Amino acid sequence: MNKIWLIIKREFTFRVRKRSFLVVTLLVPLFFAAMIVVPVLIATSANDEQRIAVIDDSHLFLNKLPDEKGIYFKFLTETAIDTFSKHYEEYGYSGVLYIPAIDIDRPLGITYYSSGQPGLGVESHLNRYLNNRVEEVRMEKAHIDIEQIKGFKSNLSIDFRSGKEEKKGSSVIAYAVGYSSGFIIYIILMFFGMSVMRGVMEEKVNRIAEVMVSSVKPFQLMMGKIVGIAGVGLLQFSIWVVLISMLRLLIPADVMNSAAQGNGNNNAAMLEAASQLRYVMDSINWGLIITCFIFYFLGGYLFYAALFAAVGSLVNEDPTDVQGLTFPITLPIIIGIMVMIGAVQHPNSQMAVWGSIIPFTSPMVMMARIPYGVPGTVPYWQLGLSMSLLIVGFLGTTWVAGKIYRTGILMYGKKITWKEAIKWIR
Amino acid sequence: MGFLEVRNLRKDYASHTAVDDISFVIPEGSIFGLLGPNGAGKTTLLRMITGIFYPDQGDILFKGKTFNPEKDVHSIGYMPEERGLYKKMKVGEQALYLAQLKGMTEKEAKEKIKYWFDKFDIHAWYNKKVEELSKGMQQKVQFISTIIHEPSLLILDEPFSGLDPINSNLIKQEIFDLALNGTTIIFSTHRMEQVEEICDRIILMNKGKKILDGEVKQIRHDFKQDLFRIGLGRVPNFAEVMTYHFTIVSQEESGYIVKLTEGSTTNDILAHFIRQDIPITSFQEILPSINEVFIQQVQQIEEPIN
Repeated sequence: MNKIWLIIKREFTFRVRKRSFLVVTLLVPLFFAAMIVVPVLIATSANDEQRIAVIDDSHLFLNKLPDEKGIYFKFLTETAIDTFSKHYEEYGYSGVLYIPAIDIDRPLGITYYSSGQPGLGVESHLNRYLNNRVEEVRMEKAHIDIEQIKGFKSNLSIDFRSGKEEKKGSSVIAYAVGYSSGFIIYIILMFFGMSVMRGVMEEKVNRIAEVMVSSVKPFQLMMGKIVGIAGVGLLQFSIWVVLISMLRLLIPADVMNSAAQGNGNNNAAMLEAASQLRYVMDSINWGLIITCFIFYFLGGYLFYAALFAAVGSLVNEDPTDVQGLTFPITLPIIIGIMVMIGAVQHPNSQMAVWGSIIPFTSPMVMMARIPYGVPGTVPYWQLGLSMSLLIVGFLGTTWVAGKIYRTGILMYGKKITWKEAIKWIR
Repeated sequence: MGFLEVRNLRKDYASHTAVDDISFVIPEGSIFGLLGPNGAGKTTLLRMITGIFYPDQGDILFKGKTFNPEKDVHSIGYMPEERGLYKKMKVGEQALYLAQLKGMTEKEAKEKIKYWFDKFDIHAWYNKKVEELSKGMQQKVQFISTIIHEPSLLILDEPFSGLDPINSNLIKQEIFDLALNGTTIIFSTHRMEQVEEICDRIILMNKGKKILDGEVKQIRHDFKQDLFRIGLGRVPNFAEVMTYHFTIVSQEESGYIVKLTEGSTTNDILAHFIRQDIPITSFQEILPSINEVFIQQVQQIEEPIN
C-alpha cells in the first residue's frame, strides 16, 4: 500500500510540476472565457460604426429607418445613385442603400452598396425595417388599422412541467447541459487515457519498467499511474470550475455595463432574459448532475485507463504501432460520442437507453440523459444498473489489462499483436 | 545451507521451456556467475529470483526460508540487462524514489544518496535531469540506485554491457568491495572472460538446462587436459625430445607446450630434460579457460560422440 502511494505521488507531482500542466490549466478557462466574451464584445463594439447613406427615390422610407447600436442612417436627396455609389467612401459612409421608385406590391431593385460584406447586424437591421415599412404601407393602402394589428400580436411562453412534483423544465437547458457534459467526458477519456498510455510507453521504452517491477508488482505500478493521473485530472477540473465561476462573476457586470450604454430598453430586456434564465436554471438538479458527472468521469476514466495502459505495454520502439493497437479502444469511445449526440436529442430512444447502460458508452451517453430528469427521463433502475455495470466493468478491464500489462511491459524488441496479448489473459 | 538455494526450477513459455530443472546453491558472500549464451534462460531465471516471475515448478530458498517476493525484494538489488531511468526526472529525486520503493525511509535514503553521490563524485548533478547526463553518468546513477538500500543479494545482469573502461573498472571494484563486506552477488553474462576474473563459483546454462556448476578453480581443474608449458634454455634437437612421457603439442619461441602421457607424472617431464642437461627456465600447467570448457561442453551435448 505504501509503495502504490509512492507511485501515485510521483505520477501526480511529476505531472503537476510540468510547465504544460500550467499552460493547459490556464488556457482552457481563457478559451471558454473568450468564447463567451468575444462575441459579446464584437456585438457591442462601439468602434465599428456604420454610417449608411440612403437614397430613397420612392420617398416611402424617410425617417422610418431608426438608428441603432452603431448603425446610423443619413437620407440624401438631390444625389444620383450611379455616381454616388462609386464615391460614398470619400464622404465617410460605409455603404449606400438605394431604394428605387418601387411598386409597393412588387418592391424590387433595392440595392445596398458597400466595399466589403456589410455584416449580419446591418443585414438583419435593414431587412427588418425595410420589410416592416413595406408591410405598413401596404396596410395603409388597404385601410387596415395598424394599431389594431399590433394589439393582436401574441408572444406567449409555455410553462413546461415535468415529473410528479411538476418541476419546471426546459429542454434547451437540458440539451445544453447534457451535450456539454457528455462531450467533456469524451475529451477526458481520450486525453487522460492517452496520457496513461504515453506514461506506460515511456517506462517501457526507457527500460525503467524492469527496474521498477523488481521493487513493486506490475499491478501496483499500473494502478499507481492510473490513480496518479486521475488525481491530476481532478485537480485540473476543480481549478477550471473555480476559475470559470470566477470569470462568470466578473464578466457579466462588465458586459452589462457596455450593453447599457447602447440602449436602455435593451438593457431591460436583457435583465428580463437573465431572470428567465435563472428561473430555468433552477429547474435543473445541479447537485445530482455534478455528483453523477464526477461518478461517470471517474468510472469511465478507470474503465478505459487500464485498457490504455495495456496498449502502452504492448508498444515497442516503433511509434507507428500505436495507432493500430489503440484502435480497438478508441473505437467504442467514438461510438459512445456518436450515440451521445443522438441521445441528447432523443433521450428515451432505445439506443440512448442501452447506450447509457452498457459500460463502454455509458459515461458519455448517461450524462447526456441525466439533465432531462431523474427519475422522469432516466428511471432509478436504469441509473442504478448503469452505475453498477460501470463499476463491474472497470474492475473487469483493470483485471484484464493487468494481465496484459504484466507480460507486455517486459517484452522487448518484438512486435506484439492484440491476438497474442489476449492469450496472456488466460 | 546456502544463502540462496534454487531447487528444480522450471518456467515454460508458450513456445518453449525457458528454464528447465535448474538447481544450485550460492554460499553467502560469494560472487556467483550465471553463464550462458544469449537465449540460455538467464534473464528468466533472474526474473524468478527477483520475484518478477513465478516459477511453474520448483522452489527458491532465500536465507533458508521459502522466498517471499513481497518482503524479500527489499533485500535484493537488481540491475537488469534492459535498464533505464526516468529521463525527465531529476537525478537525486530518481535515486530517492527508487530507494523508497525498496522500503527505505526518506531520511535514510537521503543520507545514503549523499554518501554514494560523494563517493562517485556526482553530487553536483543532484538537481540535473537524467537526460542531461552523459551515458557514463547515467550508468553510475543506475548502479547507485541498485545498491543504495544495501541489499544482501545483488543481482547484476550483464552489468558491463555498454560501460566505458573507466566505469567498468569502477563498478568492478565496487563489486569486489561489496562481496568483501558480505554481499552475495549473482553476476550474469555471456562474456566468459569476465567470469574467471570476478566469480568464485559459476553455473553454466544452455537452452534452459544446467550444463555444470561449481567453483571456477575446480571446474578448470576438472577439465584440464594435462597440458604444460615448459620454457627451455636452449632448443633441443629432435632426438632429445623423444620420450613416452609426453607428446609435443606445439613449439614456442623458447620451449614447448606438451601433453602428459597417461601414467607419467610432471616429474618425469622435468627429469627427462634434466637428464639431457637442457636448462629449464619455467614450467607451468595450462588450465582450460571457462570459455573453452563451455564450448567443449555445449558441443558434447549437441553432437554426442558417435
